[in-house]
Amino acid sequence: MKKTLFIICCILSFGLTACKNDAAKNKTDAAIMYQCPMQCESDKTYDEAGSCPVCKMDLKEIEIENESDKASNEISDMSIYNLPSTWTNQNGEDIQLVDLKGDVLVMVMIYTSCKAACPRLVADMRNIEERLPKSTKDKVKMVLVSIDPKTDTPERLKAFAKENFMDEDPWLFLRSSEENTREFAAVLAVNYKKISPLDFSHSNIISVFNADGEMVFQQEGLGVNSDATIEHIEEAVDKI
Amino acid sequence: MCTKTFRLTLVFIAMQMFSYGQSEGMVHIKGARYIPLYGRDSTVVEVKDFKLDAYPVTNADYKEFVKKYPKWQKSKVKGLFADANYLRNWKSDLEYKDTENPKSPVTYVSWFAAKAYCECQGKRLPTMDEWEYAAMADENTKDARIKKSYNEQILAWYEASRSNENEIGQNPKNYWGVYDLHGLVWEWTSDFNSVLLSGESRKDNDKDNNLFCGSAALGATDLMNYAAFMRYAFRGSIKANYAIKNLGFRCAKDIDNTQ
Repeated sequence: MKKTLFIICCILSFGLTACKNDAAKNKTDAAIMYQCPMQCESDKTYDEAGSCPVCKMDLKEIEIENESDKASNEISDMSIYNLPSTWTNQNGEDIQLVDLKGDVLVMVMIYTSCKAACPRLVADMRNIEERLPKSTKDKVKMVLVSIDPKTDTPERLKAFAKENFMDEDPWLFLRSSEENTREFAAVLAVNYKKISPLDFSHSNIISVFNADGEMVFQQEGLGVNSDATIEHIEEAVDKI
Repeated sequence: MCTKTFRLTLVFIAMQMFSYGQSEGMVHIKGARYIPLYGRDSTVVEVKDFKLDAYPVTNADYKEFVKKYPKWQKSKVKGLFADANYLRNWKSDLEYKDTENPKSPVTYVSWFAAKAYCECQGKRLPTMDEWEYAAMADENTKDARIKKSYNEQILAWYEASRSNENEIGQNPKNYWGVYDLHGLVWEWTSDFNSVLLSGESRKDNDKDNNLFCGSAALGATDLMNYAAFMRYAFRGSIKANYAIKNLGFRCAKDIDNTQ
């Protein structure tokens, strides 16, 4: 009993001091393979666990990164994929921003209970989406990020998505902790403030990110002409 | 058995010392409700009890940090997290220029860097409400905002040049025992980007007028408090990757109720 306590104390003291120095590791890019720990068959790998046919030792798990993935795994200096935060989509699935890598992202920050600017912002997003040619649309994700994660649960986002006929590609709704949301807003230069239990003031900005997660354009204001935004989206898609 | 108990006690003592060690240099600030200059509809906000660093983070403190966490060194930091001015007064990754005083507040640091620094100490950046709450005290009152002397002093400092080169702790401590909230540098807060200014500061730029939701009109409850208004306006005008000459930071911490 005491021993357990001792261990718990140790873990706690470590846990408390651990700094958020975590580089998000993208597991999906690495395949798990098995290899003999003695490397009896040199570099030979197996897909399943088992024992080595030569020395009979248990095969050891190793991770192999695809060469092609490795090259594209480099995250550039200005990429939002440097953010390690975890987000939840409208289907309740946890994702990291880097999982969106490879698509052009059109992002806006809203909250679903908003009655003033957000419906117009959402309309602007829809307007942009409608104007994109089919070939472009396949490589674009239209992302709506909640600034009110307390109210905007995944269920709520799902309901909002359905209500607005946005519950399918290229639409994606995301929420995270208040701290991560604040940080994400800082990256987008979106300012927001809670002004009553249900309402926020916020900047009306739609941001375009290229396939590497670098911001290439921002459309500021409501109901503005989105020609330039569309141009930048198409340009970013052409570069994929 | 005896040794186990002994070991357990040791661990507890070590942990206690450790948690005290972490709070070293922090002062306890008793929370209350108050009306900030620029709050939620200019109504009362509640600040809970919290701990705040007695001094701003210094050049020497920051040097220790970048030694330990190389990703925040000048040459290694990501552009997303700090602009080209980051640690501009440093001659290399681990050395500030000879002209810099180790005891001066660190500046040319971005919000991301300040946030990471605090998190690595088991702390966090203070919220804007917390910072303003601690900063409205003078030497002997919790809320000195109506005092003429308080406002004059701050404004006199805003006019002084190169105050960021002074050492920490030279100004008298305030009611809470906190030094240099005014007088040296401006400081990052965790939610600096919750300031939305419309009209005034952006009037010269038509494009920015419809950047914000309508409800965000200037929320000044006391326009007399010009110094504070300047702080909010400044916060509303900066971005998180900016590294600026007269902008530093200090850390805060929640009160641990279990102790």
